[in-house]
Amino acid sequence: MVSGLFPVVLEGAETSRRGRVLVGPIDLTLDGTGICVFMGPNGAGKTSLLRLMHGAARLTAGSIRWACPLAQARRAQAFVFQRPIMLRRSVRQNIAYPLRARGVARRIALERAEAWAERVGLGGMLERQAPVLSGGEQQKLALARALITEPELLFLDEPCASLDGRATREIEDILLTARANGTSLILSTHNMGQARRLADDVVFMLHGKVHETGSAADFFARTRTHQAAAFLKGDIVE
Amino acid sequence: MVDLWSGLAQAFWLVVTLNSELIEIALRSLRVSMTALLIASLIAMPLAALLAVKRFRWRRVIIAVLNALMGLPPVVVGLVVYVLLSRSGPLGVLGLLFTPTAMVIAQVVIIVPLIASIAHQALRDLWQEYHDLLISMNVSQWQKIHTLLWDTRRALLTAALAGFGRAIGEVGAIMIVGGNIDHATRVLTTAIALETGKGDFALALALGFVLIAMAISVSLSIHWLSGTEREGRW
Repeated sequence: MVSGLFPVVLEGAETSRRGRVLVGPIDLTLDGTGICVFMGPNGAGKTSLLRLMHGAARLTAGSIRWACPLAQARRAQAFVFQRPIMLRRSVRQNIAYPLRARGVARRIALERAEAWAERVGLGGMLERQAPVLSGGEQQKLALARALITEPELLFLDEPCASLDGRATREIEDILLTARANGTSLILSTHNMGQARRLADDVVFMLHGKVHETGSAADFFARTRTHQAAAFLKGDIVE
Repeated sequence: MVDLWSGLAQAFWLVVTLNSELIEIALRSLRVSMTALLIASLIAMPLAALLAVKRFRWRRVIIAVLNALMGLPPVVVGLVVYVLLSRSGPLGVLGLLFTPTAMVIAQVVIIVPLIASIAHQALRDLWQEYHDLLISMNVSQWQKIHTLLWDTRRALLTAALAGFGRAIGEVGAIMIVGGNIDHATRVLTTAIALETGKGDFALALALGFVLIAMAISVSLSIHWLSGTEREGRW
């Protein structure tokens, strides 16, 4: 997949709600190779920044420029939320939904939904109602539903929070497959192990701002700021 | 108590012997209220969905007014519709007064706020749940509404049944705009009012029991047809 989305350039980007700045100002350039992991303590603004880049939060100052027109950029992205949102429909209908919304014919959409359900390990539960699935199954469904539109960029907000080891590994396998297929991933986590396993690049956030960026190899070997070092050591960073 | 028993007995015989007059007015009741329900649902449900997903200036006011109008007094609605449809009224040329159509119009006015309010409640809750996902997927306004309506269909059914219940049991408005004319606009509720006025309590009660039985069977059959209350379904 040729990536027409990157580089994405954020200049002074900021989102605020009722006068309170949630995140920003952010100056950041991402080239979209592989998996970029946003790390940082709770409340550092990871979720807000992901939502802001995706367009789910309002840009109240600064700019975000994709390499292609905004409408096209939005179409080429998908978002997986921390708490998966399940449509009150069957697994098959849930996964097919984005295709149906884009006007793909019903039969084709359902066929591709079945293929994706198979790929994420939900092949045996196509007719189950999505809201009654377990947490891990719901997150896998959300992934399949996000990937079925073949996005160039997939945002994941703490995709494995509150999942056990096995479910986490299954999700990570899906993510690595997606990366191998050329999808760029931007993922937020405060799970150190997951960051080490997946990251190609790291963005470390603190207090609503980008604190340190770098390739994963550099970041984990020698952090430049003492807060990041403390965070990596497992200390509580405030 | 004696009246109650004889009313039950009479209701039983009226039904068992397929009393032609009873069947006529019962069917008219059903037809008028079902038509009103259909039209009201077509107005109220898209309106409720629009109020849930779209933010505009008068939204809160409209919701508050709809909620208030749930308790709209049928007699007043009947009166207003009467004035509009009467020969000297603005819609007098249509000649609709004292026809079943006039009764349908009055009932639509009465139940639209009820259906819209209950439907809006359910749609708003689901919209809160779906909001982030649907925004993220960039779906159009129309697709949002369509998705919400489809996924809350069970709650919408409840809203519709509440509307139907109000319509079929309503007497004030249809008495005024229908006129309770035998073989033309007489329905179960107006017949009950008439028989009570004449002092025939047993017959009035019999009609009342038939009315209740009909409302229950409509509700049951709709539930059965749409397969609600089965495990894991909405």
